Amino acid sequence: MQTSRSFPLNAWYAAAWDHEVGRSLLARTVCGAPVVLYRRTDGRVTALADACWHRLVPLSMGRLVGDGIQCGYHGIRYDSDGRATHMPAQETLNPSACVRSYPVVERHRYVWLWPGDPAGADPALVPDMHWNDDPEWAGDGKTIHTECDYRLVLDNLMDLTHETFLHGSSIGNAELNEVPFEVTHTDTTVTVTRWMHGIQAPPFWAAQLAERFPDHTGPVDRWQIIRFEAPSTICIDVGVAKAGTGAPEGDRSQGVNGYVLNTITPETDGTSHYFWAFARNYKLLDQRITTRLREGVSGVFFEDETMLNAQQRAIEANPGYDFYNLNIDAGGMWVRRLLERMVDAEAGV
Amino acid sequence: MAGRERARWFDVRVERTEPVTSEVRRIVLDPGGPVAVPPGGHIEVAVQVDGRPQTRCYSLVDDGRDAGRLVVGVRLAPDGRGGSRYMHGLRPGDTLKVCGPRDGFGLLPGRERYLLLAGGIGITPLIGMARVLRDSGADYRIVHAGRSRDAMPFLDGLRADHPGRVECAVSGEGTRLDLAGLVRDAPEGTEVYVCGPMRMVEELRRHWQQAGRPASALRLETFGSSGTHPATEFTVEIPRLGIHATVPRNESMLDALRAAGADMMFDCLRGECGLCEVRVLSTTAPIDHRDVFLSDRQKAAEHTLCTCVSRAVGGHLSIDVP
Ligand code: FES
Ligand code: FES
Ligand SMILES: [Fe+2]
Repeated sequence: MQTSRSFPLNAWYAAAWDHEVGRSLLARTVCGAPVVLYRRTDGRVTALADACWHRLVPLSMGRLVGDGIQCGYHGIRYDSDGRATHMPAQETLNPSACVRSYPVVERHRYVWLWPGDPAGADPALVPDMHWNDDPEWAGDGKTIHTECDYRLVLDNLMDLTHETFLHGSSIGNAELNEVPFEVTHTDTTVTVTRWMHGIQAPPFWAAQLAERFPDHTGPVDRWQIIRFEAPSTICIDVGVAKAGTGAPEGDRSQGVNGYVLNTITPETDGTSHYFWAFARNYKLLDQRITTRLREGVSGVFFEDETMLNAQQRAIEANPGYDFYNLNIDAGGMWVRRLLERMVDAEAGV
Repeated sequence: MAGRERARWFDVRVERTEPVTSEVRRIVLDPGGPVAVPPGGHIEVAVQVDGRPQTRCYSLVDDGRDAGRLVVGVRLAPDGRGGSRYMHGLRPGDTLKVCGPRDGFGLLPGRERYLLLAGGIGITPLIGMARVLRDSGADYRIVHAGRSRDAMPFLDGLRADHPGRVECAVSGEGTRLDLAGLVRDAPEGTEVYVCGPMRMVEELRRHWQQAGRPASALRLETFGSSGTHPATEFTVEIPRLGIHATVPRNESMLDALRAAGADMMFDCLRGECGLCEVRVLSTTAPIDHRDVFLSDRQKAAEHTLCTCVSRAVGGHLSIDVP
């Protein structure tokens, strides 16, 4: 009786950056549901269905009244639970007048929203993105509004061999396609690990290593440890160290380490909000590096965005055709399998 | 739950029907596929009353004892409008048209405390809510009131599922429900979900209001199916249009007026929206207001009433319509 969705609903999804939500009304669609977000007077975040109970107009076109919201059309007022507290032109409250309120948690610089059954909304299940606000790390990020199925973004991040071809001028190098990689998974995570020993650092990484070791010109050991956490968070442990200084064995003191933090929230079946950040653990107070890294990664991700949106158009232009898969797609295939299981479990299959 | 979900009717098969008490039957419906039941949810059922198609709302008994089924508990209301007689006549294998489930209560998790209060058959929607509260580790209390045990179904199962949390007041056994006391004893931050006869719900609402408690923390559902008097036959006229009608015990004034040729506006049919409101010109009998649209003040004034649920207690009513 249920049409199959591409995303599970019983999960936390990033709805916004912390700085985007304030004492004004922010409209955003999360997993197909229009939502309005704002902060109450105590600073905590409220998320309500962005459609008035009365005639469905967006509540985000109304206004904040204290901790509640007043519809901009005929003035029904709702409290922060979404329950009507004032109905114009009658002396009573209609007992069914309410809009849905969504569980929200603010953590790791994002406002997380649970679009499914609220009974399951355990804050302990928020994906780990602590590098975003850990004092040992520094960084910043942006949002990309993709015109593609969120799973194409997951595929992209789980297989970094594309760096060689798509990002050849910045982070790509030939060895990405030559060295073996390892894929492991649990019920909720998938990890792809790749080490490249004694290679020449690509331009982006050469510049980063030079921030710490200006004199080093020799080869490096490079790593990429991609970790997916269901349903749509991927944190990638990346870096380079002077070759042969023990990084693969755990001593990264002669290198530079970053985390590419990605969480992708389906907006509709064919669009998504892709929140990303890049955090580093060196020269923490140097804002020049923070800004440069953010803008640098932003440029790299624009190459991905262009490709992913084109891929979505191509999928639509070739109805009735599916993907072929290669060994490099193993990570992405595991991700899709875990997601399918979550969706099936919710549909009671 | 923003706006109203469009009605989608589908067939269900009666799988089983069994007595719960001498007045109540448990009717188990097979929807033929997975259906999500929101806590406190209800379905609309197409019933036949005296050969006429009507619809009734029944809360779902979500006690976890019939997974994947829609279960309703129906009390045979001898003085009711006839829907329960039809439901009690159902046999295994019969087919019913239903719509829903819908959520009328909007149970919110994460509150400090909950009080679930039921009168008689009104316990049905609270059963599913209580399960959700128990599973989430909430602090909750269930109070079940009725005139006799026969009017208080599902009590044993409830006690077994929620040990130490269920209290009951049986007026026939001399334990009366003390609504003022319940409100007084409910700690700050308590949220109340109530379902039961109009008289009880209204009295609770008054105590709640007088105690200065937040209106939004009192959640209720009535379906407009009961009043402060039993339904009796009465007559109604619209002098301006020359329309006269007799409203039998088991029919609404709205239906009787429409059948007599009046062009009536209405929507919710459960006394919530006020679209069926009409002006009262005169009445020879008290008015049994069964809606939750008019305020106490408006009801006492007897200038208007909601024709979808409200009635005159016998006698003759003269009204004008928009
Ligand atoms: S549409 Fe919001 S009050 Fe009418
Ligand atoms: S139709 Fe809504 S109150 Fe009567
Ligand atoms: Fe990329």
